[in-house]
Amino acid sequence: MVAVSSWGRLNRLEHDVIAIADRRLASQQICQSHPGIAHGMGRSYGDVCLNPGGILWKSTGLDRLIQFDEQTGRLVCEAGVLLRDIQRLMVPRGWMLAVTPGTQLVTVGGAIANDVHGKNHHVHGSFGNHLLQLTLLRTDGEIIECGPLHHANWFAATVGGLGLTGFILTAEIQLRRVAGPWLESETIPYANLEEFFTLADDSETGFEHTVSWIDCLSGGRGLFMRANHSSHQQLFTNKPSKWRIPLVPPVSLINKYNLAPFNSTYYHLKKSHTGRSIVHYEPFMYPLDNVQDWNRLYGPGGFYQYQSVVPREAGMDATRAMLQEISRSGEGSFLAVLKTFGEIVSAGMLSFPRPGVTLALDFPNNGENTLRLFERLDKIVGEAGGRIYAAKDARMPRSLFVSGYPRLAEFMPLRDPGISSAMSRRLIGS
Amino acid sequence: MSTKKQRIVIIGATSLIAEHCARLWVMQASSDMILVGRDSARMEQIATDLKVRSPGSQIKCMQADFIAADKITELVASIKNEGAVDIVLIAHGSLPDQQKCQQDLLLCQDTLLINGLSPVLFAEAFATSMQKANRGTLAIIGSVAGDRGRKSNYIYGSAKGLVSRYVQGMQHRFANTRVKIVLIKPGPTDTPMTSHLKQQGAKLASAEEVALHIVNGISKGALTIYAPPIWKLIMMIVRHIPAFLFNRLNI
Ligand SMILES: Cc1cc2nc3c(=O)[nH]c(=O)nc-3n(C[C@H](O)[C@H](O)[C@H](O)COP(=O)(O)OP(=O)(O)OC[C@H]3O[C@@H](n4cnc5c(N)ncnc54)[C@H](O)[C@@H]3O)c2cc1C
Ligand SMILES: NC(=O)c1ccc[n+]([C@@H]2O[C@H](COP(=O)([O-])OP(=O)(O)OC[C@H]3O[C@@H](n4cnc5c(N)ncnc54)[C@H](OP(=O)(O)O)[C@@H]3O)[C@@H](O)[C@H]2O)c1
Repeated sequence: MVAVSSWGRLNRLEHDVIAIADRRLASQQICQSHPGIAHGMGRSYGDVCLNPGGILWKSTGLDRLIQFDEQTGRLVCEAGVLLRDIQRLMVPRGWMLAVTPGTQLVTVGGAIANDVHGKNHHVHGSFGNHLLQLTLLRTDGEIIECGPLHHANWFAATVGGLGLTGFILTAEIQLRRVAGPWLESETIPYANLEEFFTLADDSETGFEHTVSWIDCLSGGRGLFMRANHSSHQQLFTNKPSKWRIPLVPPVSLINKYNLAPFNSTYYHLKKSHTGRSIVHYEPFMYPLDNVQDWNRLYGPGGFYQYQSVVPREAGMDATRAMLQEISRSGEGSFLAVLKTFGEIVSAGMLSFPRPGVTLALDFPNNGENTLRLFERLDKIVGEAGGRIYAAKDARMPRSLFVSGYPRLAEFMPLRDPGISSAMSRRLIGS
Repeated sequence: MSTKKQRIVIIGATSLIAEHCARLWVMQASSDMILVGRDSARMEQIATDLKVRSPGSQIKCMQADFIAADKITELVASIKNEGAVDIVLIAHGSLPDQQKCQQDLLLCQDTLLINGLSPVLFAEAFATSMQKANRGTLAIIGSVAGDRGRKSNYIYGSAKGLVSRYVQGMQHRFANTRVKIVLIKPGPTDTPMTSHLKQQGAKLASAEEVALHIVNGISKGALTIYAPPIWKLIMMIVRHIPAFLFNRLNI
């Protein structure tokens, strides 16, 4: 048994970790060792990738590329391949993943199972929108090849399926063309939510990437970032400076005493550096990837992320109400991200992205206080007809999961009975 | 002048450490690579992966017998006949449970053969032609376990120690030539070989990181490569602990 935690470090419990490293042997290994749940890089914040006391099928050894067509940009690879490795290999060849989350240190399988989104949702949708096919291994040994057009129900259940429909062995992904690694980016400060929404709407047609950092303690001011891929070549080299948080501090270094001055300083510092610049895609898209183990900053208790999406009509009011609740609670978030989602329909039955506005917030784990705040936020999200992102969640109530994911009933019969996670037991009872 | 592709041979090519070395080499420049192992299907997966990473590279797989001297001679001859080799990496190895080795002489024998005798035979088979060509690097993966015997793994460790002594002699033999003989000593690394250690909560370096130290060390012309380098210091200390003290330690 090995102690495993997910990204939020809320607990560190024993698991029986079975390394899946050869796709020919996977079937035998998995048939003989269930119930379990697949585990990629463990970059999910909560319990979607955990199964305390039980089995984890660790997929990162399954990291071989199988085929790439330089003409069409179709890549076939095993599910444990890191998005980082695909990017670094393909960008010099003029191709790139169409969708990546805010860290590239995740596996293809993890990106599928949570149907991850990036800063370009309004242009490219989510990860599942670029999948051509995947191979699913069921715990009874059956292998199912599925895609958007064949065995479409298996495909739709597996994309965003939280690892519960089977173990993904391989995937075929449609990459998109890029001229090079550079982006032309622009940072614009905004003073309130009205300005945010105007900026977001104005930027949707002209910019591929849009995202914003919001100071959740000061009523909605923030910094809006937008960018497009640039045709510049070889401007300079990207020499990332690497940092590492060497130990877990005894208490969270991010707390209510330093948060307000922290946010304010950050805002003013960045505000004085707004404007246009050319940046490499890595620091723009994955700003924290060079600070190894940054999640340790929250101390031994770990932290929660609360990410919701609410329909656009309710977006302004619901966002404002959530920000008010947060300031009132005295709990606060440094990594607060506000962004709009576009109209592209997600491929999965349980995919998180839907048209609207998404707010993601990190909170140090202050026990009951934090959980009480989440209950108040849940109420706002629920009433607005929104949902919570499972990849980030460790505590949403079952009722909110059920109301937020109306296709759950369609999904249930496609579950693999040999798969169970801490999250599945919490949210769907087994 | 046309730049010729590096010709690289990897013995024990399905080793995770070796696989990561291969990835780094083909990503640095298109290579002409020969993978040697016992499991053809597994080698094919690796070869396919390397081809996707580096379409300009040529990757060939060869199945081999790892113990029989005549078979090894034959295999290496067929490789040499097709041209001079720039780098040979001998990577295979097997780490069984020490207790089992003590109880089962057959396992003890297999362990000594595959970790000690076999890499030496492969290296010896390449040495003469490298001497004639007066170029090339012959790198063998030993282990920190070969630096000092200890009760928890001395059967494996002594076979690795044999490799150390062999390399020492070879380095002497090739001292004034352009052939380099390199000994690689990884510390505990996260590969299939150590999955049981991981279950016990051991802290392991990643195969990717170890491979990077190996590939960089070889290109810099290092003769001994501890990977990660911190093991050089650790093993210097371990080697110098007096026996009366060392033998009381439970390691
Ligand atoms: C700094 C940071 C920023 C992030 N930003 C974003 C963002 O912008 N957008 C976003 O969408 N997400 C974001 N995330 C969340 C992250 O992208 C997802 O949690 C992702 O799923 C993690 O992938 P993983 O490989 O770590 O998988 P894990 O977290 O290990 O597992 C995630 C899920 O995938 C399943 N799974 C993994 N491999 C397989 C397989 N082979 N077969 C079947 N199921 C499998 C697991 O069972 C689990 O259900 C961020 C996370 C971090 C830490
Ligand atoms: N991992 C560590 O902690 C560590 C530390 C110090 C030194 N090393 C050394 O590093 C080298 C690479 O090992 P690794 O860590 O990468 O482990 P690995 O992935 O388990 O690789 C072991 C390799 O040895 C081959 N092999 C084992 N027994 C064999 C046999 N009887 N006949 C033929 N081939 C055999 C395996 O072939 P198959 O794929 O066919 O099984 C595989 O290619 C080894 O020499 C090892 O001793 C490792």
